[in-house]
Amino acid sequence: MMEPSAYLLLSGILFGIGVAGVVARKNVLIILMSVEIMLNAVNVAFIAVGSSLGDVTGSIFAFMVMTVAAAEAAVGLAILIAIYRLKETIDITELSILKW
Amino acid sequence: MEPALFIVFGAIAVGGAIMVVTRRHPMASALYLILTLFAVAGLFVLRQAHFLAAIQVIVYAGAVVVLFVFVIMLINVPEDKLPVERVTGMRFLGVVVAGLLILESALIVRRSGMAGTPAADSGSVEAVGRALFTDYLLAFELTSVLLLAAVIGAIALAKKKI
Amino acid sequence: MVGGILNYLWLVPALPLLGVIVNSAIALFAERPLLLAEAGSEEHGHGTSLHGAGHHAAPPYRRLVAFLGPAVVGASFLVSLLSVLALAARPAHDRLFVQVLFPWVTAGSFDAAVAFQLDPLSSVMILVVTGVGFLIHVYSVGYMSHEKAFARYFVYLNLFTFTMLLLVLGSNFLLMFVGWEGVGLCSYLLIGYWYEKKSAADAGKKAFIVNRVGDFGFLVAIFLIFWTFGTVDYPEVFARIPGLADSGVLTTGVATAITLLLFVGAVGKSAQIPLYVWLPDAMEGPTPVSALIHAATMVTAGVYMVARTSPLFLLAPASMAVVAVVGAATAIFSATIGICQNDIKRVLAYSTVSQLGYMFLACGVGAFTAGIFHLMTHAFFKALLFLGSGSVIHALSGEQDMQKMGSLKKRLPVTFTTMFIATLAISGIPGLSGFFSKDEILWKSFSSGHGHVGLWLVGTAAAGITAFYMFRLVFLTFFGPSRMDPEVEKHVHESPYSMTVPLMLLAVLSVGGGWIGIPEALGGHNYFEAWLAPVFGHGAEGAAHGGAHHSAALEYLLMAGSVGVALCGIGLAYYLYRGRPEKPKEIAGRVPGLYDVVFHKYYVDEIYDAVIVQRIVNGSIWLWEAFDATFIDGIVNGVATIVSGAGDRMRRVQTGVVGNYALSLLVGAVILVGFLIWP
Repeated sequence: MMEPSAYLLLSGILFGIGVAGVVARKNVLIILMSVEIMLNAVNVAFIAVGSSLGDVTGSIFAFMVMTVAAAEAAVGLAILIAIYRLKETIDITELSILKW
Repeated sequence: MEPALFIVFGAIAVGGAIMVVTRRHPMASALYLILTLFAVAGLFVLRQAHFLAAIQVIVYAGAVVVLFVFVIMLINVPEDKLPVERVTGMRFLGVVVAGLLILESALIVRRSGMAGTPAADSGSVEAVGRALFTDYLLAFELTSVLLLAAVIGAIALAKKKI
Repeated sequence: MVGGILNYLWLVPALPLLGVIVNSAIALFAERPLLLAEAGSEEHGHGTSLHGAGHHAAPPYRRLVAFLGPAVVGASFLVSLLSVLALAARPAHDRLFVQVLFPWVTAGSFDAAVAFQLDPLSSVMILVVTGVGFLIHVYSVGYMSHEKAFARYFVYLNLFTFTMLLLVLGSNFLLMFVGWEGVGLCSYLLIGYWYEKKSAADAGKKAFIVNRVGDFGFLVAIFLIFWTFGTVDYPEVFARIPGLADSGVLTTGVATAITLLLFVGAVGKSAQIPLYVWLPDAMEGPTPVSALIHAATMVTAGVYMVARTSPLFLLAPASMAVVAVVGAATAIFSATIGICQNDIKRVLAYSTVSQLGYMFLACGVGAFTAGIFHLMTHAFFKALLFLGSGSVIHALSGEQDMQKMGSLKKRLPVTFTTMFIATLAISGIPGLSGFFSKDEILWKSFSSGHGHVGLWLVGTAAAGITAFYMFRLVFLTFFGPSRMDPEVEKHVHESPYSMTVPLMLLAVLSVGGGWIGIPEALGGHNYFEAWLAPVFGHGAEGAAHGGAHHSAALEYLLMAGSVGVALCGIGLAYYLYRGRPEKPKEIAGRVPGLYDVVFHKYYVDEIYDAVIVQRIVNGSIWLWEAFDATFIDGIVNGVATIVSGAGDRMRRVQTGVVGNYALSLLVGAVILVGFLIWP
């Protein structure tokens, strides 16, 4: 069997891609998907380390993360719909009224 | 066997993720996201986390991404109204820093050097189910409250007239 | 039983305090709404009573105040009298009673309690303060009966009595300082009682500020005393003097510094050169106030304080000389000003300053007993003079200019008789109280070890001038042709009993008050000196030692000399103001320059104004314009500008674009992780 280092490295790469998507894209939908990728990357790390330690806690944590991700996606998309109705845009740089 | 499958699934996951963040139209991103999620589910299977792999497919690919697709089609942003992505200093810096983050995580992984093999039942449905309904019962029940809150929140937010 | 009353010593100041509390409640809740309502109705043009509540049916609270105000002081006097009798019943060496009420300030080695000390010196003071104060309170009931703010007046008067008692009864310097400041405050309030009048308000401020100069000296002296002795309790301080003097801690230099600073305080409070300027202006207050504060009690606080610290003064010959010289100079200086004043109260004010000079002269030559003796007799006759002049002013509907008086002898018989007695007393006519005390001072200034023939000469000359201007006052006021306005003359009336009875009682005291201190040279027994001997034992001894070389014959001679000088003064006054009424103007015309200078009080106020007040005003303006407006405001505004400018730039960081926030979060995370994994 493999040691978990490769999985952890993969997790880091996925997380970095997600982060890049969040900071580099303007489309709110894609930003939300990038967040999902970041959460998945974390899950990979949890599972990799958990299984290599023979511990079920990693799976439990990943399960919780998934729950949170589902809730986040539901609420986030609801907000997106509300905003789109109001502003007719999904450009994050235009949703900048919350300043000075 | 595992290293080969790891490389395959890992490559699909990374490639899919890159496609997700680089596609212009969100529908394409959503489809690539499904691909990535499936690949990650495959990785879970490789680590003997069968339960997680199952709900990864069911919940993520089956529910969350469907939700995304549903929203994309619901609001149906016309092609010309999609945000115009332009490379600015900020964005470039963001990508560079994200690369730095990957580099840092690679460094950490190289230093830690974890060893060990997966226990046969550490991620099985039975083991996870037992743990969920015994040690983590309270947390598990609380997730239902969280999901309920999310449902109510989503309805309240997306309603036409609040 | 006799000694038991001493345990109620705290009642002496507490009773006037009760008066303050009750009267201020009345003033606030009963009187003030009435006055405000009246002011409001006058403003709206349909005012019904310009003459105030006095002429209408008096509101019931005025009767309560009229009873309560004097009653608390009277009760306080009774307690004082009983306490002093109880003290007198003790053997002479045991006449010191300290009542500790509660600890007050305790910090490190500093410990000051609220404690009252009854000894022969403070017993004289509380009797004078409460006794004379009581008579003046009674007098005020009549004199102030037409005033609207009746309760407010009695609040101040009671408060004054309370703080003065605190001053004289306090058993440590700190408590004395509280009383000291308290009487300063009360004098400010009472001088400015008619605060609608600008001159009164200004006089109040002047008194307060000039007093403050002296208070500063006193405060520094207290610090120095604590620094030197490690305590501020009188008995402790005086008990430690011999030890500290032997061990070299208390050198003559230190004693001189302490005593000179104390004297600065005394100069301010007791209106000596150069800080006497507030006292004549203080005559802006109601006349009973002048009698109580500026003649009988408050201004004597300085003399009391010097007498109280006499053991320290005796260690510093230089300070004694300063005290004596300042006293003598003040005595003659203000006496000469008194000659030329036409305002009846101002003459008395300068006379007060002059008499206070005598008291300091006495203290300065080591004759503390004589100083306190004169303090007491002066309280009697000067209170009488002020109250008498108040009666005259009252009769003349507020006229204070002596040139518009005259021939009042028949119209105001009681006032005339009593004031004449007081004038004889202050002039030093043998047999009356002023003679004994003043002569004692003059004799001691000549004979005492600290004395000097020059001091005696100055004192005697001042006595002659005193006799002159006092008789000038009497002649101008009561004799000769009437110079009153016809309108005023119609209303002349003798004052009510509440005013004349105190006058009569004070007249009795002015005559007989001196008999307790008849010097042995005149075949008397100086009970007063014997009474105070436990306090001034050392000082009296030194003075007597110096005087032992002089014979009784010399004392008679000097006595005769001072009486002769006084008679000369009286004769001159008679000649100038009764015999040849046109003469004074002629003399003034012959030396116009000198007359002008004296008439304008040697231009001291003007000099102070130019040298000190204007400088301070200009300096304040400079501080305001250059320092405060430019520098301080510059700092404040500069900080505000920097902050708002920085904020203006910083807020641009907050773009509202979530991506930027995420980026900064990311950069932070990368830096943090990088820092953690740094080799």
